[in-house]
Amino acid sequence: MMGLTFWFRRFSENNAVAGLARLDAIQLQQMLRTGQISSLELVDALLEQYAAWEPRVGAFLNFRADQARDQARELDRRRSAGADLGLLAGLPVSVKDILCTVDYPTTCGSRMLRDYHSPFDATVVARIRDAGGIVFGKTNLDEFAMGSSTENSALAVTRNPWNTEHVPGGSSGGGAASVSAGICPLAIGTDTGGSIRQPAAFCGISGLKPTYGRVSRYGLVAFASSLDQAGPMARSVPELALLLEAIAGHDPRDATSAPNEVPSYSHTIAEPLRGLRIGIVPDHFDAGLDAEVDAAVREALGAFRARGATVREIELPASRQAIATYYVIAPCEASSNLARYDGVHFGHRSTERDRTDESPLARLYCRSRAEGLGAEVKRRIMLGTYALSSGYYEAYYLQAMRVRRLIRDELLAAFQSVDVIVGPTTPAPAYRLGEKANDPLSMYLEDLYTVSANLAGIPALSVPCGLSRSGLPIGLQIQAAPFAEELLLRAGAMYQQVTDWHQRRPAA
Amino acid sequence: MNSERSDPGPYAIVIGLEVHVQLKTASKLFCGCSTQFGAEPNTQTCPVCLGLPGSLPVMNRRAFELALRTAVALQCQIPEYTKWDRKNYFYPDLPKGYQISQFDLPMSHSGWLEIADPKGEFPVRSIRIRRAHLEEDAGKSLHDEASGKADSRIDLNRTGTPLLEIVSEPDLRSPREARAYLNELKLLLEYLEVSDCNMQEGSLRVDANINLHLADAAGGMVATPIVEVKNMNSFRAVERALAYEAERQFAAWRETGRTIAEVPKSTRGWDDQRQATFAQRQKEESSDYRYFPDPDLVPVTVSVSAVDAVRAALGELPAATRQRLESAYRLNAYDADVIVNQGRQFIAYFEQVAQRCGDGKLASNWVTQEVLRILNSAGGTIDRFPISADGLGELIEGVRGGQVPSSRSKELFGAMFSEGLSLAAALRKLGIQALDAGALEQLCRQLLTENPRIVADVKSGKAQAAGALVGLAKKKNANVNPAEVREICARLIAEMP
Amino acid sequence: MALEREDVRRIAELARLELSSDELATLTSELIQIVDYVQQLRSIKTEGVVPLAHALDLANVFRDDCLAPGLPREAALSNAPKHDGAYFLVPAVLGE
Ligand SMILES: [Mg+2]
Ligand SMILES: [Zn+2]
Repeated sequence: MMGLTFWFRRFSENNAVAGLARLDAIQLQQMLRTGQISSLELVDALLEQYAAWEPRVGAFLNFRADQARDQARELDRRRSAGADLGLLAGLPVSVKDILCTVDYPTTCGSRMLRDYHSPFDATVVARIRDAGGIVFGKTNLDEFAMGSSTENSALAVTRNPWNTEHVPGGSSGGGAASVSAGICPLAIGTDTGGSIRQPAAFCGISGLKPTYGRVSRYGLVAFASSLDQAGPMARSVPELALLLEAIAGHDPRDATSAPNEVPSYSHTIAEPLRGLRIGIVPDHFDAGLDAEVDAAVREALGAFRARGATVREIELPASRQAIATYYVIAPCEASSNLARYDGVHFGHRSTERDRTDESPLARLYCRSRAEGLGAEVKRRIMLGTYALSSGYYEAYYLQAMRVRRLIRDELLAAFQSVDVIVGPTTPAPAYRLGEKANDPLSMYLEDLYTVSANLAGIPALSVPCGLSRSGLPIGLQIQAAPFAEELLLRAGAMYQQVTDWHQRRPAA
Repeated sequence: MNSERSDPGPYAIVIGLEVHVQLKTASKLFCGCSTQFGAEPNTQTCPVCLGLPGSLPVMNRRAFELALRTAVALQCQIPEYTKWDRKNYFYPDLPKGYQISQFDLPMSHSGWLEIADPKGEFPVRSIRIRRAHLEEDAGKSLHDEASGKADSRIDLNRTGTPLLEIVSEPDLRSPREARAYLNELKLLLEYLEVSDCNMQEGSLRVDANINLHLADAAGGMVATPIVEVKNMNSFRAVERALAYEAERQFAAWRETGRTIAEVPKSTRGWDDQRQATFAQRQKEESSDYRYFPDPDLVPVTVSVSAVDAVRAALGELPAATRQRLESAYRLNAYDADVIVNQGRQFIAYFEQVAQRCGDGKLASNWVTQEVLRILNSAGGTIDRFPISADGLGELIEGVRGGQVPSSRSKELFGAMFSEGLSLAAALRKLGIQALDAGALEQLCRQLLTENPRIVADVKSGKAQAAGALVGLAKKKNANVNPAEVREICARLIAEMP
Repeated sequence: MALEREDVRRIAELARLELSSDELATLTSELIQIVDYVQQLRSIKTEGVVPLAHALDLANVFRDDCLAPGLPREAALSNAPKHDGAYFLVPAVLGE
């Protein structure tokens, strides 16, 4: 607990309620625990931050200040009554609006679900509440998590707090912006092909995609079921450890959730790592990589070496097919997962009527889906429907599943000789709003470094590792073997002990 | 339309059946909602079976076990690895837009079911089972028949109920065989206690594929287009629909000459009122279901030893029971079949009656005639039958031993049934007193003393004169057994000097 | 195996998506481009490779056959675009 004592000393020097938004979740928790601040004071301080930043960044789709204050008051009451409030006691967590909540609509950023109210909380949300966390609004995303810029949201525009002309990344762009702007210390994102890590990199924060099965998918509205995984976003890695510990673990309602024990990530996070064996993939540093990102990543590797890590090159030839594999498997699953949005049992129904129509039902389906779903979602449904349709299944889906095994086997083999694989999270820093909106394929290629982890089901982390000359954050990706989150987080925390990129803030 | 026709006609009928049976579980296949039939619409649903965003399926262990038990009893191969696939299509009673089913790796395949006709109208045949797989049911759509314009109403109570789909090979050669197959399958499923098999409540549904093989002008073989017949709500309807369809296809072929090569498979519904099949509109793109493995579910592995354990626990199946009854109780095939077709409880009843009375044939006559007659007309079940197996056994035993007059046995049976009396009570009620051997002999001696003329006649060789003694004995006591009276009197006369 | 406008129209029908002719044209060219890219998969040698549907090696995950509380009917129908308090309502399904 050396780390905690260290932070304790730091916040003691700063006992003003103002400036709370600058503190991290672990510092805040300590102040809440010792009674230096109340949950309500914290929420009110963050509401000021919300008022200052939200109009500029648009991180949220739905935000209810009253609700947050009510929850804070209730927690303060329980705390003063001596209750054990749990791991997240009093900490606000923003939730990506693709996780079901009973007290907010769950829109998935889609016109289709603009007014949809889930009758249940996602397991992740229930665990946050059980751990004493405060659900602090629902954040914007690319519609149904399909995209890498949050520009595909049908309901709102989210901007990068570092430069509002730029995208925050996606699909968990709202969550990344909410943390980056200091509106809340913690956020829940989801990652199907990089959707936690890429916006974390673009917004200068840390984000973890856990091992597939580590966190329950119950209540996470499915995009691509075999790839989707919810995970924590925060400024620093120890905060990720805290939030992961609260949400991870087996869920009997998710048949694909892992029965493995959940280590106490938050307790082991500060333990030093000796002799970390790092692998780097030469492909990650080829011509497609932005020079500033390249330099920042190499500098980060230097920082690891300085802490005793060794670095060696590993070849991952099958992973060169990762994007192609991903853009078959994910759309196939999506085309089926999104079939339920047909205007019959829930969601948008077209009001257009044509009584002369021979099949009013077929028309209702086609119109409701045409009106309710956006261009990127339609594109992926079309792609997946095509790849699964008779005559093409073997060439595309089946072949993609075979290549997926090659990619996974190759990564698992690599982790026999290295502990982590380190490289850039994205080929370049955040691009301008609208810059890639009309070129889907180039948008897909943005996921170059991130999709392998989803295909293989391994955990992967992004931490800030630099700023470009134009002042945009750069992300470093660290990947590890399945269920090696503990090691992965300790590697990230070790890096953050010797760097301060994660403490940089966008200018107010 | 004559479904009883035994002449196969100038063609061979080829039939394959697809049977969906609802498995007897308390909860649905992927969620904890009740499978109870008949609830108010949309009162047995949850996020999972409504297909709400974010919900996930988790497989019901018992459903898998019941499916496995059935597959093993159908002599199927059980692969060590099986998985679930999504069958994608749009329909308002399918809230997820796909049905979770099994495609290329079903949980069982390549089994068989033996069918026989006790009346001997077709030989014993082994019908191959192509596959049996587990899947979820859809909901119900109610359509406004009258106007066709009003909204259809959707009830999702049934959505997600576990179904076992059992697909036969096209091995059935007549509507009668199809019906025999269904009877035998239903009997097996009831034996295994895996399904209620109630067609009215939809817990057993049958679709039939039928076409004809016939000789063309050139002497080669041709086949008529395959038709899938639906909407049959009883086994009798299946038999009739298939008989109708066979003749319709033959007539159509004679008229148009169109064969399987020219016409794709079509669907026809059975109209019970008109006793005819009618063309149904095809669901569009019905052939492109875009099956792929359901990523929300994990595979199931079944070890050889697990299958062996299931097999060992099956108990005796109907075919084996028939054989055992024939040999152990000396029954003919017809009687054994009648008994076995009534199900496990009835067989147990019969066996207890037979053991109590010591005569299988007599026991069989009583249960298949008297008992079944009452059950069939009153509609009860054997476990509620007022005469216990021991009671009926005692009655038959008494008749065999002469203690109960056989002439009054039906009367006694009637009293035991309608008033729930024991044999002794029924005898008392009807004033039937079993005479012991001493009392009977006493009665006979008295008769002979009182009727010296008859004695003289008998002695002089007029044996038929003894008949009068029986009548006189009955006047003295209604319960005497005529044969015994005859026998005792003959002995006593012979003993006279 | 070039993707044609007609193929795209057929896929849209399968997917129950109404597309304007502009959308159809754009989607056709985009899908051609994406499909062309993912074609590279076909050159990968995968004989004998067992398809990987799940990244997680799990099997035999079951729940017990126990009843669990579901939703009251009002809740089940509450998100429905049209219902009559008992049933979900949709335009008539003709010919069924
Ligand atoms: Mg079926
Ligand atoms: Zn349910």
